[in-house]
Amino acid sequence: MTTMKVAYYPGCTLKTTAKNFEASTLASAKELGIDLVEPGRWNCCGTVHALAKDDVMHHIAPLRNLLRVEEMKAEGKVDDKKVVTLCAMCYNTLKRSNQVFKDDADKRKKVQENMENEAAPYGGSVEVLHLLELLREQGWDKVSTRVTKSLKGLKVAPYYGCLLLRPRGTGLDDADNPTIMEDLLKALGAEVVDFPYKLKCCGSYHTVQMKEAVADLSYRILDQAKRAGADVVAMACPLCEYNLGPRQAEIRKHYPSFGSLPVVYFTQLMALAFGLGDEATAFGANTPDPRPLLKERGLI
Amino acid sequence: MLSFKPENRAFRDKVKELSGEKIDLCFQCGACSSGCPMTQEMDYLPSKVIRMTQLGLEEALDSKTIWVCTTCFNCEVRCPRGIDIANVMEALRTMVLRKKYNRVNLEDLTAEELRELPPIAIVSNQRKLTA
Repeated sequence: MTTMKVAYYPGCTLKTTAKNFEASTLASAKELGIDLVEPGRWNCCGTVHALAKDDVMHHIAPLRNLLRVEEMKAEGKVDDKKVVTLCAMCYNTLKRSNQVFKDDADKRKKVQENMENEAAPYGGSVEVLHLLELLREQGWDKVSTRVTKSLKGLKVAPYYGCLLLRPRGTGLDDADNPTIMEDLLKALGAEVVDFPYKLKCCGSYHTVQMKEAVADLSYRILDQAKRAGADVVAMACPLCEYNLGPRQAEIRKHYPSFGSLPVVYFTQLMALAFGLGDEATAFGANTPDPRPLLKERGLI
Repeated sequence: MLSFKPENRAFRDKVKELSGEKIDLCFQCGACSSGCPMTQEMDYLPSKVIRMTQLGLEEALDSKTIWVCTTCFNCEVRCPRGIDIANVMEALRTMVLRKKYNRVNLEDLTAEELRELPPIAIVSNQRKLTA
């Protein structure tokens, strides 16, 4: 199998509390002939897109990262000028800054003036992708032919949250009715469970100072997934994962009858379906632990 | 009856400039408020904050609403008038933050909370809610 080399921007959380997201991604991508190459150095993605129109400073961090990708291409380390992200916030922030750079000549000029310590100005040629988009480009057939352990019978509710899809026109799929995660899960053999709150915000960064409010939102999302018959919720963001996963302890304080519901990254299910081992699936890092359920279903 | 007073023009224009949004287009349909995940934590509904900015009422800056907005852009997707309400909320927050206001202090969190929270939660929280 020919291997393609694609730049990969990890971001802070993939190296700390979401190592399972990264491990399952790198191993699964390898199985598909995709070598995800991390830049030699990178900085914060910018975390959130600068929404105030006069805010130029906060475009510098994302654009520096995109500059690294152009350098990687120039040095022959990657095949093209795509950069793959995993975290929904990194994806949104890098993609939107990239667009501002292309659309707004005045802002571009101001940003360039503040990046004069870089060897070359950012050329604006990078394409920011989420891993899901790269998989879609490869074709779902290619994914399904790699499956050695079908997830048949596992009822998975895909959860998108906010920044993979919004604002309209900047996301990776239709903002009202996305199917990209469903398509992947079907390719892995899983039974997809649709539920009404799959696009609803998890409460995001308010988990820091408003954990009760976030637990309430997370409860509503998880409860709907449960009512729809889900065994497990699949997602693509390390902040959603925290709010829907570890925050279940807070949910149980307010809704003692809730119990629990496993939440996993879509890449962990992909690694499982590809027949990869514990190091790749990394389910041990998830809270609550999804392994008892997967054992019961004969999947591990 | 509430009506626009010329002396409120400067505030209204500042919100327009910072947000880049044509807030005058809002006709109060309430779609943003109906889809907002955080309304139960808010004092004014998002649609009401937009009305306040149309009228140039600086009370919008004292609203709890601007701080509990999660910038999830659900309102942006639903608005039939093409207004990105999240941008307006950011403009209002920005006007307060630039006076050196901090909505959240990390000193208020326990060591355990700081250890357990993912970095993305803490960094995005600080970016949105501190000066």
